[in-house]
Amino acid sequence: MWPKHLLALEELEAGDIRQILDTADAMRQVFERPVKKFPTLRGRVVVNLFYEPSTRTRTSFELAAKALSADVVNVAVAQSSVVKGESLVDTARTFESLGADYVVIRHASAGVPHLLARTIRARVVNAGDGAHEHPTQGLLDLYTIRRRKGRVEGLNVLILGDVLHSRVARSDIWGLRKLGASVGVAGPATLLPVGLEALGVRRFHRLDEALEWADVVNVLRIQRERMQRGYLPSLREYRLRWGLTEQRLRRLREGVLIMHPGPANVGVEIDEAVLTDARSAVSEQVTNGVAVRMAVLYLMAGREREDGEAP
Amino acid sequence: MLIRGGRVIDPASGTDGELDVLVEDGRIRRLAALIREGADQVVDARGAWVLPGAIDIHVHLREPGQEHKERIETGTRAAAAGGITAVACMPNTTPAIDSAPMVSHVQQVARQRGAVRVYVIGALTKGRQGHELAEMGEMAEAGAVAFSDDGDTVMDAALMRSALLYASQLGRPVVAHCLDASLARGGVMREGPVATRLGLPGIPAEAETVIVARDVALARATGARLHLAHLSTAESVRIVAQARAEGVPVTAEVTPHHLFLTDEALSGYDPAAKVNPPLGSEEDRQALRRALAEGVIDAVASDHAPHAPEEKAAELDQAPFGAVGLETMLALVLGHLVREGVLTPMQAVAAVSLRPAQVLGLPGGRLAEGEVADITLFDPGAAWVVEPDRLHSMGRNTPFAGWRLVGRPVATMVGGRLVMRDGQLLGE
Amino acid sequence: MGVRMREKAEIMDADEIRRALSRMAHEIVEHNPDTTRLAFVGVHRRGVPLARRLAEQVGRIEGHPAPPVGALDITLYRDDLTAVGPLPVVRRTDIEFDVTGRLLVLVDDVLYTGRTVRAALDAIMDLGRPARVQLAVLVDRGHRELPIRADFVGKVVPTARREHVEVRLAETDGQERVVILERVEPDDEPTRRP
Repeated sequence: MWPKHLLALEELEAGDIRQILDTADAMRQVFERPVKKFPTLRGRVVVNLFYEPSTRTRTSFELAAKALSADVVNVAVAQSSVVKGESLVDTARTFESLGADYVVIRHASAGVPHLLARTIRARVVNAGDGAHEHPTQGLLDLYTIRRRKGRVEGLNVLILGDVLHSRVARSDIWGLRKLGASVGVAGPATLLPVGLEALGVRRFHRLDEALEWADVVNVLRIQRERMQRGYLPSLREYRLRWGLTEQRLRRLREGVLIMHPGPANVGVEIDEAVLTDARSAVSEQVTNGVAVRMAVLYLMAGREREDGEAP
Repeated sequence: MLIRGGRVIDPASGTDGELDVLVEDGRIRRLAALIREGADQVVDARGAWVLPGAIDIHVHLREPGQEHKERIETGTRAAAAGGITAVACMPNTTPAIDSAPMVSHVQQVARQRGAVRVYVIGALTKGRQGHELAEMGEMAEAGAVAFSDDGDTVMDAALMRSALLYASQLGRPVVAHCLDASLARGGVMREGPVATRLGLPGIPAEAETVIVARDVALARATGARLHLAHLSTAESVRIVAQARAEGVPVTAEVTPHHLFLTDEALSGYDPAAKVNPPLGSEEDRQALRRALAEGVIDAVASDHAPHAPEEKAAELDQAPFGAVGLETMLALVLGHLVREGVLTPMQAVAAVSLRPAQVLGLPGGRLAEGEVADITLFDPGAAWVVEPDRLHSMGRNTPFAGWRLVGRPVATMVGGRLVMRDGQLLGE
Repeated sequence: MGVRMREKAEIMDADEIRRALSRMAHEIVEHNPDTTRLAFVGVHRRGVPLARRLAEQVGRIEGHPAPPVGALDITLYRDDLTAVGPLPVVRRTDIEFDVTGRLLVLVDDVLYTGRTVRAALDAIMDLGRPARVQLAVLVDRGHRELPIRADFVGKVVPTARREHVEVRLAETDGQERVVILERVEPDDEPTRRP
């Protein structure tokens, strides 16, 4: 049975993930038509409740909802009564009473989507909670890999950078492992979390060794504040030791796929030449994101909400 | 009053057998098999254990200043419901209990409205800020039994050393909350595979052990009486065992939740399991149990930390740390730890009565003729379910919500007067 | 699904299917003299092989290459999405030609309530503006719930609502027949298997 909410790839079965990717294939066609809409979710209301600013993900969800003819309400937290001290749960309940069928939530605190799923009856979609998960990003990464490489199973996928703080990394790890890929991580020891081995992930301590192993490299964003908090001495040194530079690009194998969840710090974790190289899937990731989100909204639509049902 | 037919367990004398207890004028008048003397009231204790009144030496009563979380009245009622006859309350109130008038104030409120005995632990530093020593002498005169900045660690080692010296001269123990602030910064649970999976910032185990090691070294050097609060790691246990073997006068306590739960309890992002120090690994949990059984850890104390339900219902990283524990402690320690073979009944009773009294130098913890009649009756076979809404504490944040427990206190007697009987609180 | 069905009757065998399609192809040509503007769109799943066969036949009849054939998935246009349970699989819609200006023949295996055809029409309209849309079905089993009728029909078969008409084709099922299935009620069972 399809789960009522999309909170984490950890909670999905491999079969569910494949169904999302297959559905995304059909959804992707909407861009090739004169009428870039399907009527499927006509009359449904999708509320984008974003506590963290994000033009890219929010727009992607908005386009996905509209492509299925749903109505979209965007709530940017700074503007709403949330600033006046209304609690998260109160806010979500207000939207539920206004008819929201879906609440797409992005928040800086891990576990917030679970809190919402426990307290409101609308379908909850996690658009990123703290460092926990970003399931639709994980799904679009899987979809991108599958489209470019024909499969996910058996590939060596490297996640490069600040894995400690990355929800994208965690979702990728779950999705990739469930679909049978081998996952490796590389980055400064201070930015690799404890316990990855328990998730079946391999740690590389030298970037060049990791790049030789990898069929796919997903480059994560490095944030400036990591320097201030004692994780890194400088961004300059980060680039030298861990950046996917033009130099390293030249030594990469022909068939290696390069990805980045965006937005990229050009010249820090990744060079411009790498982003525009033929091996880079960065621009497709954006289109794939809308298709995957359409698939998710569609597949979550079917379960009728039963009153009083515990999600 | 005659307590008849119960199994009297008194660790101080090693007594474990069926005895009657005659209580008169607030004291134990006789302890013997089959007392035939008449009494106004008879309490049928058949099937129940009769133990020295349980003492919980680590409780947050939140008054003054945080009465939305708990009050002395409600916290002591929760204690009475939990079979606990005396509590030692921590000074992290608003304002902190860092002066003699504050100590007196709490004692007065407790005398007027408390359902059980309240001992006051004063702050170690002014305002608990960790910069200047608090007036421990004055507080001791007013009746403070120990000193602690619980909730925080005195990060300045020189100041901690001074505090240990000063308190020891007053004959009072220092209760240390060991958590290095820089290592713990931003963390909401134990660092480890579970935190990684949940995407939550972690507090490494070393945050506790570096301060345990520091404070033990300071205690060794100063000869002060150091008591380590709520130990949570296997490494801390090793340090304490080593210190005791060398004769350092350090004691330690552990909470029931650290004996029964691990970091996995946070898997559903349940804020009730967010505690400080955080729940550790299975290895830690087993080490803490062994340490309690071997006497390396002296006592169990609940660290009862109530919060208003709205506060705990927030996002996990915004929710305050803490779990309530007064009403589940005895069931877990006297019931489950004994049933699981971790402790003998005698050891379990000692861990919640005699040893806490000894650790803080408090009266009580024994059943003997002439002693004040603080007595707990415990039914080891009574089954019940922990329902947060039925707790007597104002806080509902128990990580044992929904647990089926076997073992329940059935009577609480303070100074010869019953304050709880069969789950009902009895008025003043 | 827990519903058990059993075969009640065979209403078309391989030969009857072949002859029906042949007749329909001739009718289509008769009603669409300008066959160069013809195009066929089969509704997933079994409408697609039927559309291909009709297109090939038309090509042979007229002596030119078969008109183009597209495959249409109507799942996203259905009106019954609130049903409890997992949603049907969405397949790709593959229509390589422009529908605008075409004489389209929409092809499906069974015409029943008409809702599938309604959804198919909406889907086609989102792709362009055909000059004309006609409907060809192998079996019309009645019980229309919308004002929809087929232009070309293989066979009209009156049925009861509890029955189910299943078209089996070589391309999809490895056999060529049309059968009526009916739901098995528990007391219909002669003996209970242990």
